[in-house]
Amino acid sequence: MRSFFGHLLAILLGTLLVTSAQASSGQWPTPPATKPPDQVSGPLSGGTGDHTKYEALKQPFSSGPEVTKACLSCHTETGKHFMKNIHWTWEYRNPDTGQLLGKKHLVNNFCTNARGNEGMCAQCHAGYGWKDESFDFSDETNIDCLVCHETTGTYYKTPNSEGSPACSVMFEDMAPIDYNLVAQSVGLPQRANCGTCHFHGGGGDNVKHGDLSSALTNPPRDLDVHMDAQGLNFACTACHITKSHIWAGSRYRVIAKDKEGTGKPGERRDVATCESCHGNEPHPVDSLAAFKLNDHISSVACQTCHIPEFARGGVATETDWDWRTAGKTRNGEGYHEHGYTQGNGEERYTYKSIKGTFTYGENLVPLYRWFDGQMNYTTIDTKFDVTKPVAINDFTGSREDPRSRIWPFKRMTTWMPADMGNGTLVYNHLWGQDEDSYWGNYDMGKSIAHGMKQFNLPYSGEYGYVETYSYWPITHMVAPKEEALACSDCHADDGRLENVEGVYMPGRDHNPWLDTIGIIAVLGTFLVILGHALIRIFSTMKNKQEQH
Amino acid sequence: MAIRRVRIFSLFERFWHWGQMLLIVMLMITGFGLHGFHHWLSFEQAVTLHTLSAFLLLLLWAFSIFWLFTTRNWRHFIPTVKGMWQVLRFYSFGIFQGEHHPYRKAYWRKHNPLQALAYLMLKIVLFPLIWISGLVYLFYFLWRDIPHASQLLDGVALIHTGAAFTILVFVMIHVYMLTTGHSFKEHVMPMITGFDDVDLSPEEEAYLLKDEPGVIR
Repeated sequence: MRSFFGHLLAILLGTLLVTSAQASSGQWPTPPATKPPDQVSGPLSGGTGDHTKYEALKQPFSSGPEVTKACLSCHTETGKHFMKNIHWTWEYRNPDTGQLLGKKHLVNNFCTNARGNEGMCAQCHAGYGWKDESFDFSDETNIDCLVCHETTGTYYKTPNSEGSPACSVMFEDMAPIDYNLVAQSVGLPQRANCGTCHFHGGGGDNVKHGDLSSALTNPPRDLDVHMDAQGLNFACTACHITKSHIWAGSRYRVIAKDKEGTGKPGERRDVATCESCHGNEPHPVDSLAAFKLNDHISSVACQTCHIPEFARGGVATETDWDWRTAGKTRNGEGYHEHGYTQGNGEERYTYKSIKGTFTYGENLVPLYRWFDGQMNYTTIDTKFDVTKPVAINDFTGSREDPRSRIWPFKRMTTWMPADMGNGTLVYNHLWGQDEDSYWGNYDMGKSIAHGMKQFNLPYSGEYGYVETYSYWPITHMVAPKEEALACSDCHADDGRLENVEGVYMPGRDHNPWLDTIGIIAVLGTFLVILGHALIRIFSTMKNKQEQH
Repeated sequence: MAIRRVRIFSLFERFWHWGQMLLIVMLMITGFGLHGFHHWLSFEQAVTLHTLSAFLLLLLWAFSIFWLFTTRNWRHFIPTVKGMWQVLRFYSFGIFQGEHHPYRKAYWRKHNPLQALAYLMLKIVLFPLIWISGLVYLFYFLWRDIPHASQLLDGVALIHTGAAFTILVFVMIHVYMLTTGHSFKEHVMPMITGFDDVDLSPEEEAYLLKDEPGVIR
């Protein structure tokens, strides 16, 4: 079937394909053109095998782990490599701060915590069956190869546990997966593969990051100059280059200023920075302005000028979330309300009983701050003052710090549950088949008590809501150069860098004293000249009159 | 002593003056634009024109300094108090009485004492202040990593802007002074034709008539 379709497409496209007459005549069948051109995946390209020909992938499969076993029968070392990466561990120990991070531990200000809710959240774990603490992280066959590598778009995942009956109905009646089809389709990850999870972080399309949305699956040039489907067509891994299934470019530990640039000739640098391709003098010096722009890279991140706005391309991001309104029901059941139509015409929920109220934004101007690349997190054990806004993650940086540059950020504001007595965040038990899970039962007190007890965390029993911020560095949706910011977007009164401290910026900064004195001096001189001239004219007239 | 029409401003000197005028006007417009006083140009255009004009002016100044010292013309700018009082008195009093300017240009003293002092201050104080601060500003990228570079840049910008205001005041007075003689034109023409009335000693007159006939009319 697949092959027939491929031939048909090849014949249809044959007349359009730009190939030499020699190549296109008398050499049928040509390789089937079944797919759009492969995306550019950095140094990895081509490949030496055709997965449709492997016997191991022709055997009958009834589950994902069986496919994984077949993958590992050839890719013998991949399981060991894969188990070290964050897509598998969901855990990251920051070597600089010592903080234990990763989805396994963190609380965010969207759906709050994956911990204890893996039955739902671990749909985005690159493995099979993580629903509770019993998951075996040492079993290679639990790795999900397909979610990242299959290219048909027919593979999908459902929650690893049923959840409340009210929720589980959403995942019924889905078409069965043709495991042979998806297994034989594997290739280097395409944008759609990564996007399955990364475009939908926070519970929906572009909800979390603001610069990662389904609009990037097939973006036009003006949305992202690198991922432009008709142009450079970069896959995510073109920048997030990969070595033994470890990816460059971590949000937990950002390289805010890459001083090494492209490295030595031919050297492979395992970083996802702009500079690793564009170098440290990225603007061709064909004008004085370009020379000045190259000076700016010491202080200004590439993203600051080259991503003028985020949440472009018709998909909105959430800017504000209020959990305080969650839990309203109609006739004892949860409901949701539409209320926002985004640029591409799709409706977005502005209220959900399970989550609360959402505010959306599109084409947003980022927040700009000095950033040294080091994110510091408010983790489950961090104590804070519940009367003040809490930064879920925060960072420092300054002009004097050699690692810092001015970066663009999305700032998310959320009113979310917290332990008011102890002054900590909470693990909320959202997903489960029991009576305590919030999604289905709508009792915040019970679900928090359950979530805290499950992990032996101290809980005062008094929950409430705190205002929280989280900061998301903006680094995708790089606009074409002609849409980059102009000098005057920042070098002006009320410019974009209005509140950035530690720099003197002509056009923005004035010494009010000097300006006042200067203006008085100039006006004063003018008045003196005027007075002098008037007296001259007056006295000349008088002299003339006297002469007559 | 005889008043003769003598070429006191050589071709280079006139080119220097008018070139400098154009560049300073350009620098003033672009500079105050960069400072945010107007938005007639985009910031990028203003930076480009400001920097190019500055480089051209520095080049012109390099030539003019060379010229001043190789032609001994620097001596016109040696400060003197001789005749200063009369000039000051004229501008603040006599001018209103219809008096004539007390100063007569001499062959080796083409500026009156006040003028000479003003130009000297411009050359040795105000101009160096603006070009040194301007160059330090322009080459910020070379010293941006020294401690407190940003605060230092703040100071450099302060000096640069302060000097710019002062030069603007100078230009205003300078242009106004052109109106203080018989006519505006009479003051401007010497800087165009090079010729002005000069009080020559008999020896100078004889020398010029014999050896530099093109310089005297």
